[in-house]
Amino acid sequence: MCLAIPGKVVKITEKTCVVDIMGAEREASTELLDGVKVGDYVLVHAGCAIQKMDEQEALDTIRMFEEMKDIAHE
Amino acid sequence: MNNLIDEFRNSETARKMVRILSEYKGRPVNLMEVCGTHTMSIFRFGIRDVLPESIRLLSGPGCPVCVTPNYFIDAAIELAKMDDVIITTFGDMMRVPGNGSSLLEQKASGKDIRIVYSPLDSLKIAANNPDKKVVFLSVGFETTTPVSALTVIKAKEEGINNFYLLSANKTMPEVLKTLCLDPEVNIDGFIYPGHVSVITGTAMYDEIAEKYGMPGVIAGFEPLDILHAIIRLVSNIMSGRVLSENGYKRAVNPEGNPVALARLYEVFEPCDARWRGIGLIPGSGLKMRDAYADYDAWKAFDIKVLDHSDPKGCLCGEVLKGKRTPKECKLFNTICTPENPVGACMVSSEGTCAAYYKYDMKR
Repeated sequence: MCLAIPGKVVKITEKTCVVDIMGAEREASTELLDGVKVGDYVLVHAGCAIQKMDEQEALDTIRMFEEMKDIAHE
Repeated sequence: MNNLIDEFRNSETARKMVRILSEYKGRPVNLMEVCGTHTMSIFRFGIRDVLPESIRLLSGPGCPVCVTPNYFIDAAIELAKMDDVIITTFGDMMRVPGNGSSLLEQKASGKDIRIVYSPLDSLKIAANNPDKKVVFLSVGFETTTPVSALTVIKAKEEGINNFYLLSANKTMPEVLKTLCLDPEVNIDGFIYPGHVSVITGTAMYDEIAEKYGMPGVIAGFEPLDILHAIIRLVSNIMSGRVLSENGYKRAVNPEGNPVALARLYEVFEPCDARWRGIGLIPGSGLKMRDAYADYDAWKAFDIKVLDHSDPKGCLCGEVLKGKRTPKECKLFNTICTPENPVGACMVSSEGTCAAYYKYDMKR
């Protein structure tokens, strides 16, 4: 139930935004998240934008994944 | 950034992570993925199949439908039987059996029960049906509850007086602590729910590490997120590092989402709550504050709960605590199937029994 889907904000109105989720446009409330702007990537859950996605953190995480070496033993 | 989803599913990196895991030579460890959405991802991407036998994944109590007790369904059905009531609900709730019937059976017999994508959709239904009372079945954890709270706040702002919540919302910290303290639960670390953490932030996990001695990693839902969380968790367990790590920094920041939390706690306050198969856990639930009593279906319809019992013979509680697997339940795939479920864990697509049934039957 805690599924949330990332999408790109393509339009903003007073209390809602339109989010492009893999090519499909969907309206979401912005009343649970401050400062949503066109171009932001947001997580949408049950009709509401609940968080902005941080692209730099995403890139850093991917780099960290690629650099993983092994499991520390003791 | 949309394309980054591919990067989080990169097969070359996944193979490398699987190789790292396959070389694990330490003692057996039990990791619990708390979140039902993680359980689904783990089965869908075949992650159990690529782990060495010494790294075991247990599914936890993080599917809200699965932990909602029977009496909630019974209360919803009683409301649905009233001529002037429209029930709105997430689809997962439809097939959960109560003590006599399910919402799906009630809908088939003509009761007005509507599946909604968002609780907010209930407000349009309420506005379009002023002679009816619209009741949303509000279950969910910290991810979902702010949306229920927002719906109530908007109903009040917009003067919609025929909308109610029947709430059984729950929160994560107390059930996690309950699992840490249960001597029969054998867990070495938690894979923490990414989208609960989006709202709550990370402080509660630091407390679980510091006061309860349990390490954990917050994980996203892509296969590399989950494989990475397992590697980090096993590394920390083997090195004796009892701490909480954030592996989902692209969405989870330490303070969470303060706007959503403010909405949540404007409408709700903590209360003791019953979890299916687990029982009463102090401070683990949310009830509507008196200021919003007019929107609280429990109060507005004066609903009394008499029977707290769970289905007989059903091991949902043991499964939710990671003590047993679904295959150890005598009802599993005999009288309890997705078509004819006995326990909620077989109903929800995120339920452990449903996931075992769908992905694990050939073993």
